[in-house]
Amino acid sequence: MNAAPTIVRVEQLEKHFGTVKAVDGVSFTVEAGRTVALLGGNGAGKTTTISMLLGLLVPSAGRISLFDHDIARHRYKVLGRMNFSSPYVDLPHRLSARENLIIFAKLYGIKDVAGRIKEMAKVLDLDGLLDRRTGSLSAGQKTRVALAKALLNRPELLLLDEPTASLDPDTADWVRRYLQNYQRDQGAAILLASHNMGEVERLADEVLILRKGRIVDKGTPDDLIYRFGRQTLEEVFLDIARDRRVGDAAGSTGTVP
Amino acid sequence: MTSFSFNRVGAICQRHFYVLRRSWPRLVEMAYWPTMQMVIWGFLSQFLASNSSYIAGAFGVLISGVMLWDVLFRGQLGFSLSFIEELWSRNLANLYCSPLTPLEHIVALVAMSFVRAVIGVVPAMLLAIPFYDFSIFTLGVPLLAFFFNLLFMGCALGLMVTAMILRYGLAAENMAWFLVFFLAPFSCAYYPMTSLPGWAQVFALALPSTHVFEGMRAVLFHGTFLWHHFFLATGLNAFLCLIGIGAYLVSFARARRMGLLLQVGE
Repeated sequence: MNAAPTIVRVEQLEKHFGTVKAVDGVSFTVEAGRTVALLGGNGAGKTTTISMLLGLLVPSAGRISLFDHDIARHRYKVLGRMNFSSPYVDLPHRLSARENLIIFAKLYGIKDVAGRIKEMAKVLDLDGLLDRRTGSLSAGQKTRVALAKALLNRPELLLLDEPTASLDPDTADWVRRYLQNYQRDQGAAILLASHNMGEVERLADEVLILRKGRIVDKGTPDDLIYRFGRQTLEEVFLDIARDRRVGDAAGSTGTVP
Repeated sequence: MTSFSFNRVGAICQRHFYVLRRSWPRLVEMAYWPTMQMVIWGFLSQFLASNSSYIAGAFGVLISGVMLWDVLFRGQLGFSLSFIEELWSRNLANLYCSPLTPLEHIVALVAMSFVRAVIGVVPAMLLAIPFYDFSIFTLGVPLLAFFFNLLFMGCALGLMVTAMILRYGLAAENMAWFLVFFLAPFSCAYYPMTSLPGWAQVFALALPSTHVFEGMRAVLFHGTFLWHHFFLATGLNAFLCLIGIGAYLVSFARARRMGLLLQVGE
């Protein structure tokens, strides 16, 4: 059986803002059909890393290759094959959900715009929302519209920055289930930035724990929990965030792998 | 580099049409100020026509200046505001992580600048006909040359304003409102360039708008289209547009280095 192709290859990525190292020597890969989670507290470098993958931010050093293209030179060759969603970015509030989706469908070069929106409305349960102004929607409804925008072009790489932030548990659960189904059906690679441990445990095949811009540990959620001798990923995260090594019975170094 | 796509340009224009379509107060506001200017300056022109040999020489000289000045102002504002709307709606990152290129975005903003200028100025131009029995359309083909030169100058200024906003955030938003007025005294919309002191004439000659308004007066007073003013205006505009595009691309590159595309705001 062939190995899944590598969609994301990040090598020794760095981003400095003056003397502050927001991202400091980060390397990882994401293969097709897999979800890698960047887990870390505020200011750990998650959003900065995702912004560099999107090309919204230029790295200070290191290399990012997406679909085997160096994005420093070939950014526009890959942007149509990926998409992203973030609570820090909005869709225009004065436009209806349908109008927003039409605009982005055209930006991504989708041929059957109306058909694709109809399809997205069905799977994301947007039928009653499409003709309402985006600004009048609840947080959960906006998230579903933003997700529809992020999936319009059937991305092979989906970058999600805290996709369930500010959602109630029921809506958050629904979004996670949808993402799992999408990945299963499309074989997409997902890079997820979150500080929601439950979400990461449920969705991620691999977790990269970031602290002060560096990867301080990584593994599958189960592997991390086992190595730290803890019950949940949240406890592992707190150990790392507070520099505790109480559960280090299985030999985690807690340093950059 | 991806190939230029008019579909993506159209998508950005469509985004702004959606906003305009359902916002009648905006449409009214866009036409309101040029119309009020036309009314005030029209009556003043009527008064001066019987008291001033300059105005009497060509009744439409002031009112044409007013209306064409608004092409420049509305053109610049239309470009800048279409960009600023993306910041207000925190949509810039969505746009720039799609395949939309900065050049396509600029072309879309130029198209929106044209649409907004037409919405703003054409009603005033039409109303001047019943109000004063004066039609700026009698300028004929030269009117198109004047209109598009002023529109492109407005876009070049809009590019510089958006470059400043990308650099300094929405704190630079006020530039969109006052930059063009800084150039007003030197553009000579209402008086001949020879009215300016010598040092100011040097600066005025470097502005495309000055050549447009000198050309406009030549048509109104003498029925002559002065080609050298047209070529100078067009050449200066090409130069200004290149500077504007350069400034935008430099600010865009800097915004990508500094992470401002996600954060740009107040």
